[in-house]
Amino acid sequence: MRKTVKKNIKRYKFFFILLVVSFALMVYDFKLGMDSFRLTGVNMLEMLSILPPVFILLGLLDVWVDKALMIKLTGKGSGIKGAVIAFLLGSLAAGPLYAAFPIAGVMLKKESKFSNVIIFIGAWSTTKVPMLMFEASSMGLKFMLLRFLLNLPVIVLIALITEKALSEDEKQVIYENAEKMN
Amino acid sequence: MTFTLTFYAVTASLLAISFFRDREKTKAALLKSWRSFENILPQFLSVLMLIGIMLTLLSPETISLLLGKDSGWYGVASASVIGSVTLIPGFIAFPLASALHKSGAGYTQIAAFISTLMMVGVITIPMEIKFFGRKNAVLRNSLAFIFAVTDAVIIGAVLE
Repeated sequence: MRKTVKKNIKRYKFFFILLVVSFALMVYDFKLGMDSFRLTGVNMLEMLSILPPVFILLGLLDVWVDKALMIKLTGKGSGIKGAVIAFLLGSLAAGPLYAAFPIAGVMLKKESKFSNVIIFIGAWSTTKVPMLMFEASSMGLKFMLLRFLLNLPVIVLIALITEKALSEDEKQVIYENAEKMN
Repeated sequence: MTFTLTFYAVTASLLAISFFRDREKTKAALLKSWRSFENILPQFLSVLMLIGIMLTLLSPETISLLLGKDSGWYGVASASVIGSVTLIPGFIAFPLASALHKSGAGYTQIAAFISTLMMVGVITIPMEIKFFGRKNAVLRNSLAFIFAVTDAVIIGAVLE
């Protein structure tokens, strides 16, 4: 029991530090501190509104899509098709980039090809469909399309470069870590 | 908003299908969802607090001042750095970008801000390292930064 408490204090250490910083900000300037808490609250509500489906999908993905299927769809030897599937999975998502990491973790655990997981992360970060629509309405269609077209090769390039830059051993460590975490 | 609702509807349907096909598996899936969430919760909470603090100190007015009219290369540099270290949700970032544009900021600065905001996450790097290891996380973010700035320069050249 005491051990879990200790472990949790360690896990939430950074959060507590930030909490102290926020209170310090409030002492320094009450309005500024309150603003910071209010923003945290607004963001938390926003996050909580989008995270339940993200994590439920993650659970369903883990239980229903077994390793063999994931390898067939996005694993080594899935070629262009695998890259396209990873791209679409990321683009059709919702939520901030950091919500993509746990799902990427499940993909790694099911032995998706490394570069495809990075493509998934890239698509999640830049080519999410609702964000594109929002971008077009606020910055104009031309701006959005230009950025979208430039980012397509960028997503692939980043995936190819990271895939090449990491040794097989380093990738192995990442896959083993994903196995342990899930 | 419509998209979020659609996302919920799709998830709910899949969950229902899963439940009718196999209750035990569905239970396992939901347990798994909860565990993954709890696993990453400390980082989530820290990120949210950090955004709150940073957005307070870097108000939209401050950002406008840094990226506004005639900010030139200095503006592109600050846009890229601000985009990299902040985590502003899209529903705030795009109206802000549009306001910046109306107040005279160039397409290059705005594109640099938006692209780094989306692709580079300095604040979330601890989370990324947790899943991908230090080397890959740092490499992916550095590459994203370089490409985002390159993108911005091209966009500026085409649109201006």
